[in-house]
Amino acid sequence: MYPFDYVRASSVEDAVSAAQTTAGSRFLAGGMTVLPMLKQRLANPTQLIDLGHLAGLRFIRADIDGIHIGAMTTHAAVAGSGLVREAIPALARLVDGIGDPQVRHRGTLGGALATNDSAGDYVAAALALAATIVTDRRRIAADDFFRGMGETALAADELITEVVFPIPRRAGYAKFEQLASRYALVAVMAAETTVAGPRVAVIGAASCAFRLPALETALSRRWHAAAADSLAIDPDGLTSDLCGSAAYRADLVGVLARRAIADAG
Amino acid sequence: MSTATPITRVSITMIVNDQPVTAEVDPRTLLVDFLRETLQLTGTHVGCDTSQCGACVVHVDGLSVKSCSMLAVQADGSRIVTIEGLAQAEDLHPVQQAFYTQHALQCGYCTPGMVMSAVDLIAHNPQPTDREIRAWLKGNLCRCTGYHNIVSAIAAAARAAHAPASANP
Ligand SMILES: Cc1cc2nc3c(=O)[nH]c(=O)nc-3n(C[C@H](O)[C@H](O)[C@H](O)COP(=O)(O)OP(=O)(O)OC[C@H]3O[C@@H](n4cnc5c(N)ncnc54)[C@H](O)[C@@H]3O)c2cc1C
Ligand code: FES
Ligand code: FES
Repeated sequence: MYPFDYVRASSVEDAVSAAQTTAGSRFLAGGMTVLPMLKQRLANPTQLIDLGHLAGLRFIRADIDGIHIGAMTTHAAVAGSGLVREAIPALARLVDGIGDPQVRHRGTLGGALATNDSAGDYVAAALALAATIVTDRRRIAADDFFRGMGETALAADELITEVVFPIPRRAGYAKFEQLASRYALVAVMAAETTVAGPRVAVIGAASCAFRLPALETALSRRWHAAAADSLAIDPDGLTSDLCGSAAYRADLVGVLARRAIADAG
Repeated sequence: MSTATPITRVSITMIVNDQPVTAEVDPRTLLVDFLRETLQLTGTHVGCDTSQCGACVVHVDGLSVKSCSMLAVQADGSRIVTIEGLAQAEDLHPVQQAFYTQHALQCGYCTPGMVMSAVDLIAHNPQPTDREIRAWLKGNLCRCTGYHNIVSAIAAAARAAHAPASANP
């Protein structure tokens, strides 16, 4: 790792102002993405701003808008939350499948969304459930948040404070794991939301998550798994690597969409 | 509103295996390096240094974490337990004893992490099924045993911990 300065934020304002005063700062949440990057010298921040003591960003609560989860809430806390399991069981299961127990003890919701990993499970959930990402200065719809490979709508000094997941009528998740890393080779989340209708989000298949509008339209007529049978996914633009060709991934999208819809019941 | 002040070396205090520890560290010091190099607690191993293998698992405030993927400064104010902190004098911890009895290790490189991970599992799920044990060990790799005896050892340790309670109503 290159050397860096370290500051511990004592409040959201403190974290943001530290990022504004020192160019090249980076927030540190669970460190499950940042620390491996630093070790490989893929990043050279001047300063890490530790969010670990912002207890006010660790919460899970429900209101009329849905389930609110604080940015610093760990994957383990979300997966184990009675509130989440009750209201959005598919979300609890999705989070319980991220990494391994030790990663889930450290990794956070805010870090996962800010990373926008092409195979990030939480990205699928945010898109399919029409989540709202709340930052220190604004509210961003999930559709406007993920902007391409590893890119998000966040400014360099912008801090995610919480995410609101509206409670869907039903939701299902189907993930096909890459056998070595256990990240999703491809995964699909399908949800029937109350405000935005059916939404189907795909991760792992391309450099950034995407939705399947044609399938969503078919599902708005009738919610049934066979709607995915006629789905034609163009392999052009999909990821092709050691673990699977673009054509294979295109096929998986259809198979997993069907399973995700069936999983939602 | 307070202002965060940049610092180059950071003073940290933690409780490691019931002993208070204070030190000044370079912020980029990994927790595992602090434990091994500064505190000489070399029971915690580094297998991969890329968050994959789990040889470095320790407990931070009662939860198993990969100490190669955490900075020492992030553990400031925490209570840490390493493999050295499990045995009471000459008595092995029940999970250590079970690993010994069930022959759950060969080279022993993965063992500290396996044991720390298993102790956390049993603390939160006192009677795990074999399936739950296998799922829990997702972040712990063993290149020798084929896992079978590790799973048996953890199941045996959980049963042993449970037995006295059910035998003495
Ligand atoms: C072995 C391993 C396996 C994994 N498997 C999976 C998997 O199967 N599926 C999956 O989805 N993920 C997986 N992950 C990634 C994991 O989910 C990470 O925890 C997550 O991507 C990042 O969260 P973090 O809290 O650790 O963030 P950090 O690493 O601390 O930060 C990540 C990035 O987000 C920024 N950031 C953090 N918090 C905020 C905030 N509140 N506001 C703005 N920016 C912020 C940081 O500056 C940094 O750029 C895995 C990781 C490891 C190490
Ligand atoms: S050394 Fe930490 S996970 Fe391998
Ligand atoms: S006993 Fe050798 S790696 Fe597990």
